[in-house]
Amino acid sequence: MRAADATPARPVLPGLDPAWSRLLTVPDAEGGEHCWHVLDNGVADPVGTLLCVHGNPTWSYLWRRLLAAAPPGWRVVAPDQLGMGWSDRLTGPRSLQQRVADLGDLTAALGVTGPVVTVGHDWGGVISLGWALAHRDQLRGVVLANTAVAMPEGDLGPALIRLAHAPGVRTAVTVGTPVFVRATTALSRPALPADVRRAFAEPYRSPARRRSVGDFVADIPFSPGHPSRPAQEAIAEGIRALDVPALLLWGPRDPVFGERYLTDLRSRLPQARLHRYEGASHLLPEDAPQYAEAVASWVADLGTGDRTPARPAVPAAGRRLWSALDERADDDSPAVVEVGGATVSWSQLSRRVADLAAGLAASGVRPGHRVALLVEPSVDLTATVYALWRAGAVVVVADKGLGLAGMRRALRSAAVDSVVGSRAGLTAARLMGLPGSRIAAGRTGRGRGADATLADLEALGRSAPAPAEPPLDADCAVLFTSGATGPAKGVVYTHRQAAAQLELVRSTYGLTADDRFVAAFAPFAILGPALGIGSAVPDVDVTAPGSLTAAALADAAAAVDATVVFASPAALRRVVATAADLSAPQRTALARVRLLMSAGAPVPASLLRSLQAVLPAADPHTPYGMTEVLPVTDTSLTGIEAAGSGDGVCVGRPLPGVDVRVSPLSPDGRADGELTDRPGVPGEVCVRAAHVKDRYDALWALERATSRDAGWHRTGDVGHLDADGRLWIEGRLQHVALTASGPVTPVGVEQRVEAVDGVSAAAVVGVGPAGAQVVVVVVVPSGRRARLGGRAARLRLAGTELADAVRAAAGVDVAAVLVTSRLPVDVRHQSKVDRGEVARRAARVLAGARAPHRP
Amino acid sequence: MRVLVTGASGMLGRATATGLLERGDEVTVLQRRPAGLPCAEVLGDVADPDVVARAVRGRDAVLHLAAKVDVTGPWAEYAHANVAGTRTVLDACRAAGVGRLVHVSSPSVAHAGTALTGVGAGPADPARARGRYSRSKAVAEQDALAADSPALAVLAVRPHLVWGPGDTQLVGRIVERARAGRLPVIGSGVALIDTTYVDNAAAALVAAVDACGPVHGEALVVSNGEPRPVAEVLDRLCRAAGVPGPRGRVPFGVAWVAGAAAEAVWAGTRRRSIPPLTRFLAEQLATAHWFDQRRTRAALGWRPEVGLDEGFARLRAWYLGGDAPSSA
Repeated sequence: MRAADATPARPVLPGLDPAWSRLLTVPDAEGGEHCWHVLDNGVADPVGTLLCVHGNPTWSYLWRRLLAAAPPGWRVVAPDQLGMGWSDRLTGPRSLQQRVADLGDLTAALGVTGPVVTVGHDWGGVISLGWALAHRDQLRGVVLANTAVAMPEGDLGPALIRLAHAPGVRTAVTVGTPVFVRATTALSRPALPADVRRAFAEPYRSPARRRSVGDFVADIPFSPGHPSRPAQEAIAEGIRALDVPALLLWGPRDPVFGERYLTDLRSRLPQARLHRYEGASHLLPEDAPQYAEAVASWVADLGTGDRTPARPAVPAAGRRLWSALDERADDDSPAVVEVGGATVSWSQLSRRVADLAAGLAASGVRPGHRVALLVEPSVDLTATVYALWRAGAVVVVADKGLGLAGMRRALRSAAVDSVVGSRAGLTAARLMGLPGSRIAAGRTGRGRGADATLADLEALGRSAPAPAEPPLDADCAVLFTSGATGPAKGVVYTHRQAAAQLELVRSTYGLTADDRFVAAFAPFAILGPALGIGSAVPDVDVTAPGSLTAAALADAAAAVDATVVFASPAALRRVVATAADLSAPQRTALARVRLLMSAGAPVPASLLRSLQAVLPAADPHTPYGMTEVLPVTDTSLTGIEAAGSGDGVCVGRPLPGVDVRVSPLSPDGRADGELTDRPGVPGEVCVRAAHVKDRYDALWALERATSRDAGWHRTGDVGHLDADGRLWIEGRLQHVALTASGPVTPVGVEQRVEAVDGVSAAAVVGVGPAGAQVVVVVVVPSGRRARLGGRAARLRLAGTELADAVRAAAGVDVAAVLVTSRLPVDVRHQSKVDRGEVARRAARVLAGARAPHRP
Repeated sequence: MRVLVTGASGMLGRATATGLLERGDEVTVLQRRPAGLPCAEVLGDVADPDVVARAVRGRDAVLHLAAKVDVTGPWAEYAHANVAGTRTVLDACRAAGVGRLVHVSSPSVAHAGTALTGVGAGPADPARARGRYSRSKAVAEQDALAADSPALAVLAVRPHLVWGPGDTQLVGRIVERARAGRLPVIGSGVALIDTTYVDNAAAALVAAVDACGPVHGEALVVSNGEPRPVAEVLDRLCRAAGVPGPRGRVPFGVAWVAGAAAEAVWAGTRRRSIPPLTRFLAEQLATAHWFDQRRTRAALGWRPEVGLDEGFARLRAWYLGGDAPSSA
């Protein structure tokens, strides 16, 4: 039966190829027939079909990018559901069961025979899964975006939808007015262009055309007695048996379907790969347009089977992360010293870890559980980490430098099961709305909503059995990148990879049980026991680089009679600046240090040289690496001096067992060349080693893109190898200026400019469209003290003399030389210049004024 | 090749005609006043069909530069020289069976006043082009490209802000004002602008005469491909001329309003002199306009031979003694 309201002509809409549109009349099970509007790329004899089902109140327009990005040979079919979009209007409500049957009738009429991958968004998710369960013989995979199949237990459904569902409200907002239709596209983050919002609203311009929008909302089975409830429950339970690959694409800012719906879906589809598009909201296909490419590559991979990365063979590691604790269970020498606080011996720590591991297991922490750590570096933190590892749990660590919002985003993305926090940590956990149980560290007590304290668990553990040792290939940690370029990324390590990393650090720096170290570098602050050496935690906030004074470092060194110091360049700068305050005993303590390791950002030779005054006996080393793989190479002051100057920063030779190659850049800046170790060829630095991370967490598309050469990790850094096998880093891939005469990498130019008299710091960026960019140099003149970070400073034109000197030194054509009082830097290390931000600001000023509109 | 060059008395026309002569082409020039070049010459109005027909006869290619380039004057003058002139040249080419026409245009035909950063040659848009010159040139370019056909290949070339020794338009005016202490920086002075040293523009036009045929029916912006902040360009031009650089700063909004006022006064009083400022000029001096040169260089098989620094040095030499090195 056709509704009376005539279908208006379909206008030309942004991104939509009119050739995709077709109308098709299909009989339904009740003897009626309906005219469907379907987007169909019309591929004949397809390899497979993507069946895309929109939700309420959108229409097939939602899938236009997927039609445009269809994988080779694949047909993409996206219908407007009956009563929706440009399909026939209905005279009455349509139940979930009917809609699933309708979709089956339609695919039969379209001649879809499989293999089929269903794609569903919003309530289209349930309907697509209903189709999937009814067509198991054709089904090859399922893709879901911001949807739900069931209300998690105790949940009353999305608040916003529930509101729209309330009688009286529903008709008014969904049918009588376009409020619901307009509100849906208003949820988009970033905001949608006006013409796209109009396109979504176009088929719903009159109350008569919106009738099914209201009926759709009414059909959501919130109450047990709802007529669609049995069908919904059958689908929700049925998908547990689906053994096809699944892909979940999620916009975490969705106010309709929050984290709990994602958690529910993951529990029903444990095989699912997940990509969270940070910043995206409910309308994921709009908010994260790159989803289309992700779906296309996921579908392309279905044919090839999962690629198994070829990693270097790792000897069946004898050592576990806690082996030293077992071996030194009777050793009363200090294992961890908190300067100005507790000291714990190897035997005490060994006992504490054993008890705490048993207690954690007894209290319900299962292997694979993810536990967020919001505890300052301390004996408590060290004991907790090793106990969690021993119990098979996964520690989740987000740096405070990310800020509360960044930490919240990071920790929520990791879907933690529990939080261990100090007083401040548990308060932060509450502010961040983290899920899971709470364990209080330190002297917090059980206030603050904690379910237990570490002391409780240790007591419990004394009479509980030791948990089974986790397998080597189980996850052990989720660490977050600095977030210097976009949201922090979760990086997952297994026990095998972490053990390989520690073994490499141990052998590279010749660490033995006779060494003791001061770790003023967050990731290493807790790794003393795993390295098998005693450690001291300085009496400063090690997560705030720059707070470490020379005196604090010396006190920590004295506390353990340290032979080794690990610190970030920012921390070391402060150490040099405060060296004059050192007392004679403090100088003596520092004179015993034989090795200095500085990681986190490139360390200039000048800094290493000035450190020799503070640490006269120390051989200054600086490894190159990143959260995903550290260390990759290592060099020392001697090595840096021997390398001399070149295009970029020399970071030394790859360490034993580490392979480094580059993927050469194309003129438009893509690193798509075949991996090579040919000297002098610039490209994206790729690393293969046993201690490379296992994967990115909840970032399937990124993981695929960065591991597209099987077994190799793409670092996002650009550099080259020299004839002596040394690696030179020239910048970040996304900071390469793409000029008409080819890619220009920033670091080498910056170094040459920084050598100019009157320049204390420089950032080199590309401005303009990719491929036609021009090079712009932003300098901080010396004279006044160079400042990094802080509030944005204005960019001005450099004087002629300075501009001439910079141009003469740069070695590339420089369109403009700008000066500023400070350059923006990343939040974590406070030493990497945020060139993306510099480029945005430079582009703004170089565009000049905005002309008024003329009448 | 037998080539007609219209408008050879200007700096660019003269340089281009010289370039064609030096490589051995048989050149005829057409303009109102004698150009003093060692070649055949037809004197007259480029909008006069008889004059143009005579000049075009027997030519293999026409390079059409003749135009009214100015900031004041009534629309009728621009329409006559730029629109009617171009139509007359097009008609004459078709009537005489000339195979190729290189139409010299201006990037301002596609500049609606907003920043142009690294863009290609957008379509000419008379409705949005700023000022009478740009509007008339936009109409002319549309007419020229519309005439592109198998019989007559038309290529539009838009040299951007051409300067060099002997320049009375851009450099001359800037230097004159700077000398009088009336050259402020408008806006921040940081806006990036492309310019073109005259020898490069001339070489690009010579290359366009050759490329026209295989390449046709499109517009190509020509520049040095070395954008610089506008204040730096002004400063270097002034230094080359031995006059003090820009003094003072006028906010863009103020300059724009002042330009509008000056235009109104000049129009109302029918003055023939040049107003101190126009809106077009204010926009040109305060918003970025620089271009993606990849298509141009590929299409013309041409690259600028004279870099900015060398160009400024030659300008300096010319100002110092009029013994600027000859453009080889």
